[in-house]
Amino acid sequence: MSEMNIVQAINRTLRDAMKEDPDVLVLGEDVGVNGGVFRATDGLIREFGAERVIDTPLSETGIIGTAIGMSLYGLKPIAEIQFLDFIYPAFDQIVSELAKFRYRSGGQYPAHVVIRAPYGGGIKGGIYHSQSTEAYFCHTAGIKVVIPSTPSDARGLLFSAIADEDPVLFLEPKRIYRSLTGEVSDSQEKVPFGHARVVREGSDVSVFAYGAMVPVAQEAADALGRDGVSTEVIDLRTLVPLDEAAVLASVEKTGRAIIVHEAARFCGFGAELSAILAEKALYSLKAPVLRVTGYDTPFPYALENVYLPNPERVVRAVRQSLQAG
Amino acid sequence: MAEPHAVSQKLPQSETDAAPEPDLLDAYRLMVLARATDERCLMLQRQGRIGFYAPLMGQEAAQVGASRALAPQDWIFPAYRELAVALARGVPLRAIFDQLLGNADDRIRGRQMPNHFGFRDVNFVVASSPIGTQITQAVGAAMAAQRRKDSIVTIAFFGDGATSSNDFHAGLNFAGVFQTPTIFFCQNNQWAISLPREKQTRSATLAEKGSAYGMPGVLVDGNDFLAVYSAVREARERALSGGGPTLIEAEVYRFGPHSTSDDPKRYRTEEQLAAAKERDPILRLKGELVSAGRWTEELDHQLWEEVRTRVTRTFEEAEKAKPLDPRSIFDDVFAHVTPQLAEERAQFDAELRDGVLKL
Repeated sequence: MSEMNIVQAINRTLRDAMKEDPDVLVLGEDVGVNGGVFRATDGLIREFGAERVIDTPLSETGIIGTAIGMSLYGLKPIAEIQFLDFIYPAFDQIVSELAKFRYRSGGQYPAHVVIRAPYGGGIKGGIYHSQSTEAYFCHTAGIKVVIPSTPSDARGLLFSAIADEDPVLFLEPKRIYRSLTGEVSDSQEKVPFGHARVVREGSDVSVFAYGAMVPVAQEAADALGRDGVSTEVIDLRTLVPLDEAAVLASVEKTGRAIIVHEAARFCGFGAELSAILAEKALYSLKAPVLRVTGYDTPFPYALENVYLPNPERVVRAVRQSLQAG
Repeated sequence: MAEPHAVSQKLPQSETDAAPEPDLLDAYRLMVLARATDERCLMLQRQGRIGFYAPLMGQEAAQVGASRALAPQDWIFPAYRELAVALARGVPLRAIFDQLLGNADDRIRGRQMPNHFGFRDVNFVVASSPIGTQITQAVGAAMAAQRRKDSIVTIAFFGDGATSSNDFHAGLNFAGVFQTPTIFFCQNNQWAISLPREKQTRSATLAEKGSAYGMPGVLVDGNDFLAVYSAVREARERALSGGGPTLIEAEVYRFGPHSTSDDPKRYRTEEQLAAAKERDPILRLKGELVSAGRWTEELDHQLWEEVRTRVTRTFEEAEKAKPLDPRSIFDDVFAHVTPQLAEERAQFDAELRDGVLKL
């Protein structure tokens, strides 16, 4: 066990995976000599060489398109997109190609690429270094969407992503890349996909979050606890596949659901969760499902702090839920 | 469940390299087979027996010439008009028809429109409809082959329209930077649906775009089988000796419509088409064979008869194949069915049982 932050956990995991399997390689912009703009790939080029830590030209469609070709050939490429905000030149390759290769070939050509991308706000990055657009990808059949919230999960989920047979979009909460540290196992134990984590148990209300919103939900739960409200916090960990059973079990217990994400509300992931609860847990609900989310505006620069959900907004939503019935 | 990797005509292992001299008669027969298949498929679509078709007529010499310059271990990244390439790789005609029909024997399990086939056993990667996306993928596979130290090339097939795509630029740029063993084979058939070649780019040729990416750009008469064969063979040798990628522009003419959903009379004249047909690649190779004393009109007549009969019979056999299992709709989305998909499939089963779904 060692104490480390999320960036360090990712770096360590990439190194371990590359040591273990010569087919694993990393490619992206500035990932080699520079070690990545967030240093997630720091030192890898010294250890594994430029053949396996590939500094690419500045083209996201080139990165993902070539990663797909490598994967079809049998390698296990891990592509870094510098910021999720810059992934759109590769959207066609991800949505039309990567996610559909297995299906459209009748199983002949599975394409397995792990795409790592830092996402989300809280670093004063303005419109184009802050967005949280996981829902676009969750809507696409054939690609898994994974978002860790702790150093330990970052390691375990990344190991799972690399070992998985399907394409994986691995979104890294850059706001808590370094601010949050924790004990990380030296083993290569995987955190399986489709298993939500109960961050803390509670009986009065369920708060569902992922990525950088998990600590926000935790802080809200702490504050509510001081007032005698017992809050259950669930970290979804993987949006695709979703641990629906964990979501339903929690709401069946508490009867109240608050969904927290920094992505915009309309058609955000919370809409899907809310629909599942309406379809399958309506009779357990004591109050309407509430969403605490970013607004349906572009991501603002100067007003970032009022855009992003904070613990106070979560507390307010919980109180609203408690008063509703 | 159909076995996706089933092989019915595997190329012999000993055949590890392209033939030093192409067999012109073999090439001619393939070109005739492709043309006869094309003609039949256009008719089948009009009869409502297949839903859609994108003909290749006019591009046979380019496709067979390129294919015959490759080795079986080379990887092909096609667009959706590469019937003659598939046939040249040894894909059985029946497998092509199974795909056009989307029946239970279809190697891609009915997942895509006609022409979007793929055959892993002959390194023919499955096609898709977005333009140009296979170009960067071909470069990635070549990077992987480099890493594995495999002595192969990858070849991307695409049209003149694709030279305007993002992935053409990205793919050629990456290939130049990483000096990958990739052949970019552009069949300039003069039309991107209705847009003529001269409105696609101001460049005098498409081949010259290669120089901006630091690679040779070769312009070749795509109606000339041997010229195409030589150009691709040279590009392949250069790639395998570490000389990097090559862009080849094969000038051809699309005799047919873009697809059966297209009416070319809206954008080109009969005179233009008639002029192009004077350079028919099949007639050209036939003329060369006849001049060389290796072919006669009588043999040609026989060949066409045989091929047309074979095409018709093979299609009729494919029509008799079983339909797809409707439940297969949920397979191959992921390696294993997710809980969400399992739930949808359970609902599907119930709806199927209750007669709600019309097959």
